[in-house]
Amino acid sequence: MANFYRDNNDIQFLFRHIDLGKPAEVCEEGFKFANEFESAPADAEEAVVNYDMVLDSLGQLCGDFIAPRAEDVDRQGNILNKDGSVTRAEGIKGAIEKLGQAEVMGFTLPHRFGGLNFPNIIYSMAIEILSRGDAALMNIFGLQGIAETINAFASEEIKQKYLPDFSAGKVTGAMVLTEPDAGSDLQAVKLRAFEDKDGNWFLHGVKRFITNGCGEVLLVLARSEPDRSGGLGLSLFVCTPGPTVHIRRLEDKLGIHGSPTCEIFFDNTPCEIIGERQRGLVTYVMSLMNGARIGIAGQSMGIAEAAFRVARDYASTRKQFGVAIEKLPAVRDMLIDMKVSIEAGRALLYETSRVVDLELGYARQLETNPPEDKAEAKQLKNESRKYKRYAGMLTPMSKYYCSEMCNSVTYDSIQVLGGSGYMRDYPCERYARDARITTIYEGTSQLQVVAAVRGVCSGTAEKFLTELASQDFDEKVKDLLETLAAGTEQLKESIAYVKEQGNEYMDLYGRALVDIAIDLINGYLFCGQASTKVDMQVPVAENGQAGNEQTVSMKERKATVARRYITKNASKIAALAELIRTGDKSTFSDYEAMVGPVPVE
Amino acid sequence: MGYNCVVLIKQVPDTKKITGDVMNDDGTVKRSALPAIFNPEDLNALELALEIKDRFGGHITVITMGLPAASAVLRDSLFRGADEAILVTDRRCAASDTLATSYILSCAVKKLDYDIVLCGRQAIDGDTAQVGPQLAEKLGVTQITYVEELIGLDGSTITAQRNIGNGWQQVKAELPVLVTVMGVANEPRVAAAKMMMKYKKALTPFEVEGKIKAENREAGEADIKELAEHKCSKLVEKGLLIKQWDLDVLEADLDWCGQSGSPTKVHRIQSVVLAAKESKEVEPNAKGISDMIHELIEEKTIA
Repeated sequence: MANFYRDNNDIQFLFRHIDLGKPAEVCEEGFKFANEFESAPADAEEAVVNYDMVLDSLGQLCGDFIAPRAEDVDRQGNILNKDGSVTRAEGIKGAIEKLGQAEVMGFTLPHRFGGLNFPNIIYSMAIEILSRGDAALMNIFGLQGIAETINAFASEEIKQKYLPDFSAGKVTGAMVLTEPDAGSDLQAVKLRAFEDKDGNWFLHGVKRFITNGCGEVLLVLARSEPDRSGGLGLSLFVCTPGPTVHIRRLEDKLGIHGSPTCEIFFDNTPCEIIGERQRGLVTYVMSLMNGARIGIAGQSMGIAEAAFRVARDYASTRKQFGVAIEKLPAVRDMLIDMKVSIEAGRALLYETSRVVDLELGYARQLETNPPEDKAEAKQLKNESRKYKRYAGMLTPMSKYYCSEMCNSVTYDSIQVLGGSGYMRDYPCERYARDARITTIYEGTSQLQVVAAVRGVCSGTAEKFLTELASQDFDEKVKDLLETLAAGTEQLKESIAYVKEQGNEYMDLYGRALVDIAIDLINGYLFCGQASTKVDMQVPVAENGQAGNEQTVSMKERKATVARRYITKNASKIAALAELIRTGDKSTFSDYEAMVGPVPVE
Repeated sequence: MGYNCVVLIKQVPDTKKITGDVMNDDGTVKRSALPAIFNPEDLNALELALEIKDRFGGHITVITMGLPAASAVLRDSLFRGADEAILVTDRRCAASDTLATSYILSCAVKKLDYDIVLCGRQAIDGDTAQVGPQLAEKLGVTQITYVEELIGLDGSTITAQRNIGNGWQQVKAELPVLVTVMGVANEPRVAAAKMMMKYKKALTPFEVEGKIKAENREAGEADIKELAEHKCSKLVEKGLLIKQWDLDVLEADLDWCGQSGSPTKVHRIQSVVLAAKESKEVEPNAKGISDMIHELIEEKTIA
């Protein structure tokens, strides 16, 4: 009997620490749905009770049902049958059924389509909890953005056709974007969409690396304007499997074996257009990708949490040189770094999700119910614009930070277990294999940096940091705030230097700039947690070892975590700032000298 | 066609969490020191009823007999998909043994229209496995105990596979029947999100009164009663009132209830002392294991 929500002190703490009332209010549009739907909350307090209950139920399902099956799922994988159908691993099949019964497959969909209408911050928590149980299952549970995209952009008729089935857990979806020659560069998509004389649309062509491509609802990016190259020639379509949709191959992958990765051939498949022509990539897929990136950050959190727990358990029981190995400084240092970076990632992801909730909530309010008062409307517009900019920067930051962190934590988890960690007897190697994709799909780390660095250099990061720094903090973190302020100065100087050097140089040192900004943001978030108004006591031994009743205040614990994180990163920030200001452009000037001649095309 | 299922459930102390701290000196357990949970195999009985409903349709009524606080397991059942919940509670039920309990429950079930009555095989506090079979006798229906799998339901015939200790037996019976369900029968589903969001507000009349008393500390008895009745009728409209039956509602013969209806006499209590001193560390190597096995053979624990 395990509950992956209740047993996670940090999630429990953040659930109380973060003001969930605001996201609840914007999601519920001022709690106007309470009279119409039995499950809709009447106020913020009730909404938060609902979130807690649903996460509790999901946490139980993940601990008792999903996690115990993850190893078998990893070994079984999926089978492509001769008739083109795909047989999923037993554990995944069972889990999809249980998730449907738990009514969590329409997590963020509106009440009117049978959804829960929960905010993204709660969805991020749910994705983390689920991914800790089985990372591969996240690629089905975490693909709810497909339904959200239909909800945001499709016609009412299409919404009615698909969304209730998503909420009921009867269908799963796939984002059908990638092609052999269009991966990171989706503007190069070739799959053809054409219209017959009656205005019916059809798809023809091949898609590759499609996660859950055997799902029941396929969102397909296709070239509807044959004469137009680039993103503006692309539209988004929805179709269902049938005799014209052929799964030709399942990829044989390093990790996430429970998630089928399909190559699909569309042979004049009938489909329907989502929204307007030509907006497929530039509007709809960009929005879909932003949600998916937050999803991958949540998946990364779950894998990292699972890996850390195995490492900690092992280190506290494995004896060498007469002591538990966690008594040895080198091991202990690794464990602290793992734990602190997990909490940093969680702080960043939840903050990002909260900002996204406000961004979407304010945008919806402006569209459907703008304030009549002009000054109020203007203020709302400004808020909406501000949160859009914040979300645009924080989303790639979260995806980048959490996925890289997850890889480093799972790598170290194997290291803590030593030879045992390398064996399949322990789940660490599975976690490391599952982790590896997170820095690649839904946009590589390198592309996340490109997206985030714009926000860092355009003043958004400074503005956001100023806002974070202006909160009320406790006296005991004051010296840490000074360290963070000094770091912010170094960031500003680095940005100024980079701007003098031009855009190319900005891309070259993008990662260093983004790293500094993230470390500062996380530092402030930790200081905020250490100044919380809703403290809670947690057992010192997180696994509740018998006889150890000692507890510690989460607030005090977070002050310790903040100190460790900020102190350790101060020197890293100084080094990165120095690196940025070296002016070294050898990457451009001396590539061939170091790597070898570039072949002539 | 649908089937009307009645599921009997019990709130029990979580006996998995028993440590030395929660034992009384006389060998009994301090119930209040343990968390109260849904009896595990009753969850399997409920799941079987839900699977029947998913496949064939029908109606599920959940009944528990216990203290007013047992309403928690009724709400939990509503969260998982039960249609109706009934709390049987009465001070005069106190000290009932399995015979009295099965009599009281039979009075409740007789008030309902049912095709299949489902119970967990046994509760983890008493571990008697007697209430189900005794209830079937009192209802005068066929019983299929130790069910591990529902093979089929066809019209008015049920086929189930039961564990008979040294093998399995498939039994076919005419409805109505009472089945007792084993833990291996299924994996109980968790609470459903929208059901929780709705039924978290479901209350028993007892709870309504308690809430009203807490909110109106100054009010007199009559006012409270009126306010409570008003609130209850509002809950009924929304389908959120958990029914509460006492022995008068059940028209039970009081001689068969509580202490007077309970012939069980406790012969002797063996006090089990749980203390760490009885544990022994075995080195995780071949010698440690070999020594342990020899010791167990010498003590005739294993042969």
